[in-house]
Amino acid sequence: MPKVVPQIIAILLAFVVGAITLLLTGYSPLEVYGVMLTGAFGDTFGIGQTLTQATPTVFTALAFLFAYKCGLFNIGAEGQFLVGAFTAALVGISFNGLPFFIHIPFALIAGALGGAALGFIPAVLKAERGAHEVITTMMLSYVALYLTSYLVNYPFKAPGWVAQTVSIAPSAELPRILQPTQLSASIVLAVLLAVLTQYTLCRTTIGYEVRAIGLNPSAAESGGISIKKGMIMALTISGAIAGLGGAGEVLGVHRRFIEGFSPGYGWDGLAVALVGGLNPVGILLASVLFGALRSGGITMNRVMHVPLDIVSILQALVILFVAAPMLFRYILKRGGIKWWNS
Amino acid sequence: MVELIDVINVGLFAATLRMATPIAYGALGGIFSERVGIVNIGLEGMMLTGAFTGVTVSFFSGSPWLGVLAAVLIGGLLGLLHGVITVRFAGNQVVSGTGINIFALGFTAYMSQVLWGSRGASESVSGLPEISIPLLKDIPVIGDIIGTHTPLVYLMIIITVISYIVLFKTPLGLRIRAVGERPDAADTAGINVHRTKYLGVIISGMLAGLGGAFLSLGHLTLFVWGMSGGRGFIALAAMIFGKWMPFGAFGASVMFGFADALQMRLQALGLLPPQIILAIPYILTVAVLAGVVGRAIPPSNYKPYVKE
Amino acid sequence: MDKKVISPFLFFILVPSAIQMRSITKTFPGVVANDKIDFVVDKGEIHGLLGENGAGKTVLMNILYGLYTPDDGKIVVNGKEVEIDSPRAALDLGIGMVHQHFMIVPSLTVVENIVLGREPKKNRILLDTDKALRDVKDFCDRYRLEVDLKAPMHSLPVGVQQRVEILKALYRGADVLILDEPTSVLTPQEVQELFKAVQALKQQGKTVIFISHKLREVLAICDRITVLRRGKIVGTFKVNETNLSELARMMVGREVHFKFNKEQPEIQKVVLKVENVDAVDDRGLPALKSIGFDVRSSEILGIAGVEGNGQTELVEALAGLRKITAGRILLDDIDATKDSPKKRIQLGTSVVPEDRQKRGLILDFSVMENLMLGSHDKPPFATNFIRINIEEASSYARRLIEEFSIKTPDKDTLAQHLSGGTQQRVVLAREFSRNPKLIIASQPTRGLDIGATEYVRGKLVEMRNHGCAVLLISADLDEIWALSDRIAVIYEGQIVAVKDPEKTNESELGLLMAGGKSG
Repeated sequence: MPKVVPQIIAILLAFVVGAITLLLTGYSPLEVYGVMLTGAFGDTFGIGQTLTQATPTVFTALAFLFAYKCGLFNIGAEGQFLVGAFTAALVGISFNGLPFFIHIPFALIAGALGGAALGFIPAVLKAERGAHEVITTMMLSYVALYLTSYLVNYPFKAPGWVAQTVSIAPSAELPRILQPTQLSASIVLAVLLAVLTQYTLCRTTIGYEVRAIGLNPSAAESGGISIKKGMIMALTISGAIAGLGGAGEVLGVHRRFIEGFSPGYGWDGLAVALVGGLNPVGILLASVLFGALRSGGITMNRVMHVPLDIVSILQALVILFVAAPMLFRYILKRGGIKWWNS
Repeated sequence: MVELIDVINVGLFAATLRMATPIAYGALGGIFSERVGIVNIGLEGMMLTGAFTGVTVSFFSGSPWLGVLAAVLIGGLLGLLHGVITVRFAGNQVVSGTGINIFALGFTAYMSQVLWGSRGASESVSGLPEISIPLLKDIPVIGDIIGTHTPLVYLMIIITVISYIVLFKTPLGLRIRAVGERPDAADTAGINVHRTKYLGVIISGMLAGLGGAFLSLGHLTLFVWGMSGGRGFIALAAMIFGKWMPFGAFGASVMFGFADALQMRLQALGLLPPQIILAIPYILTVAVLAGVVGRAIPPSNYKPYVKE
Repeated sequence: MDKKVISPFLFFILVPSAIQMRSITKTFPGVVANDKIDFVVDKGEIHGLLGENGAGKTVLMNILYGLYTPDDGKIVVNGKEVEIDSPRAALDLGIGMVHQHFMIVPSLTVVENIVLGREPKKNRILLDTDKALRDVKDFCDRYRLEVDLKAPMHSLPVGVQQRVEILKALYRGADVLILDEPTSVLTPQEVQELFKAVQALKQQGKTVIFISHKLREVLAICDRITVLRRGKIVGTFKVNETNLSELARMMVGREVHFKFNKEQPEIQKVVLKVENVDAVDDRGLPALKSIGFDVRSSEILGIAGVEGNGQTELVEALAGLRKITAGRILLDDIDATKDSPKKRIQLGTSVVPEDRQKRGLILDFSVMENLMLGSHDKPPFATNFIRINIEEASSYARRLIEEFSIKTPDKDTLAQHLSGGTQQRVVLAREFSRNPKLIIASQPTRGLDIGATEYVRGKLVEMRNHGCAVLLISADLDEIWALSDRIAVIYEGQIVAVKDPEKTNESELGLLMAGGKSG
């Protein structure tokens, strides 16, 4: 059967269970889904917002993917995203009079480095101390949340009520490409990154080593690959990708760092990566789906007053339904040998 | 002027035991799951759902104890879900657990909105009473620390002891350990591997739910969005630090409870910006995982068990 | 009555068969493991099931033990037709099995492992350890099998662990004991002890099925022998009605050549020198104790020894995968002691690992990608150390596929879809094409059929003839004999002797392998 069938079934099942939830809590699923659909795709504004919401998830999904290929679970993309957003904002704010072709890359690199730092720490801890990266990335995500919250509420707070920084300099702004929506050139960056990720994984020695470690660390080690270096590289790059996403969001959409600006793009990334079948093309497609959920959800919330969290529920259901069959066939194939030798 | 005694006092240690409780429940739950060979990242979600369920049932029934019972049942149910995905379908354990966490967060917020019109917090409900152990509470100093607590705190200590006995002194515990370490050997011995795995993961869900009930009914008396606050993950760290042994996990939980209690005191005294203090438990967890003596070697083999 | 009706009756009365397996068929993807097999075991006999690796012996017995379900055929136990769907069902019928890979839980004690699944209870909840100890001690005495019941399994030597496995089966009421390749992990002396134990079991009325590919042993211990070849029954014979060469021919189906053409080298220099090396194993126990030897160019040094005497750790140390705690490793007079695996590859070391699926190949990689492993970040495969040159990699892969006759649909086929022998060819192709100075081959023909085995051995000799230094580590004494220019014996982490094959014999080697001193 074609490889996308499990994902499609998972999505359908998720929507069914979501419908049941809506029914039981007094909403009409058809109405809700209908409003979400028209909200997401009904007009230019909707489509623009859908793509805008999709863009950051591409980054976080690619981040998850890259670490996953090395056998690592980076579930701290949300924190890496935030830190990247903040460092990019910092660069955006702190420099004036730079030409845009210097300022933007500078800010983006700062974002990548910020995320990379947050990926580097769990990476080293895993490589040197065997600390499970699931917990360390998760914990650092909380730390990042509080750290950025502190920074934006105290030292870097702009005057006024809202917990946000001042605007970044115009020279650091990524241009909007679809007025009047918030869609920015960040989406171009996202697509480029997807291509770059695929290329890196399949056509470079770094990608070769990362994949080798993920598939069979023993053989990789025998083949001269340094597992520690590979893992560190993979998680650090993963963090950098997520950080880049945060940078893109700040430079393109919000033009400043606002506390709570991310409705959970890091988590979306996990779902997008899984639904996208863990490959860059699928991720691009799946990100549109999840972007639609978010933008459609906003419309639905505004018009029908359904709590926005139904989006999270749908996401989680998709993840749960995808998790089951996803590795089932994989396990079956290798089941005979693995079991006997385990 | 803030004095040291304002921070380090008997109240701090009493709070330590209180704050250790949900973590300990989570850690014990984690032990049962990991000992049958299933990584349970979803403890966080199970705890959160337990917290919510406890409040909801208490709200509608007026009895916090029913709420606790419901929390345990719901936790067990989520454990079963995790088990079905990972055992029956050999699904990826981390993905399944993460899915449960995201689901819990979204679902509890959604239902909170539906029931009370507020995404952030529920209404206040009847919570669990505090009880004082006679004699114990009269011991100077120690009595103040452990003499008066919500029953769930004492239950936690009892369950710690029971967990040890079950795991190391009963046939069931023997089978649990065998299934986790060498499922093929257990299978050959005639043990139903899948059923044992289900049992382990359901127990872990139930304990996590119990921890959640403590948070919403024993510690506070309402549900707050995301109130588990990462404790499910800290519980995993406590489990690792305690080398997958009940008493070790309890000790580690006390340590984390101390950090939590300290953080709250410092916040109340306004000594440092709240965010810095709130981050302490999480930084501590990372430090613990970084500094664990030697490499923490789990007792189990986590591969899904598939027969020809 | 009609003759057709009487004869099954007579069959039932005259021949007390414990087990009858009729027309058993079992297929796995791509291979028919058991092809309409009829197999009968009499009560109270020791019945050998003989065949090469991959002949289908273990599969057949796994069916009998309930680990596999047959696609076709039926099983009759003590006259009743049964369906065995799990080991528990097998045990209920009195069938027990001691597997090649022991089914033990390392962290539990001996007695806990034995009573697992049938634990005696105290007050209905607690484990009654004292009763367990008493009950098991009973069995130990009855069958004269001595074991320290309170010791944790992981601390016991392999021979003792096997004894525990046998005890386990007996404790669970087995009347029929299936022993799967029981001697593969034992010293010659331990084998003798096992034989005594098996005879004792027969005297107690038990039936034993002895699975092996070792002709001599099967002839020594069994009453009757059934030969399996490529999934089919060849025949069943009484031991006194056949002999070694007949059995060998039936097992293999053709004459087996054991001699190789070896040229005499002109000049030899020391390529690998191991000096007083110490190393510990994964549990921190000493595995290598001041071990020392050298390997010269144009020679094959065969290291003979029972598995578990440090061979694995030695290979890992030489490959750079395990740190050593003392001593030096010199490659071509260069101190490589602290070098990484990568460096050692650069210095001309090639390793054929003992577990090709774990250490040798990445099963989810294609043949091409596997062939690149180790050289993937160097020219011509990598330009600028980053970009992979697909054209170069492809043409290299195609060349090797032809040169080594690798049976694969194409270079992009995943390694997991290849047969064991083909997978080994991929490993050899990769390792030998680097023109190494030193080849370390660890159990290189394990799990391979005769054809693949001959190919691998031929290739090793070929590399030797081209000047390569070859270190061969094998538990197969025949292999050591056939290939080595010099034979070293490893025992408990040390080289206890180095012998010229012309000047020694199997019993001397066997004695050395067991830690005895040679004459």
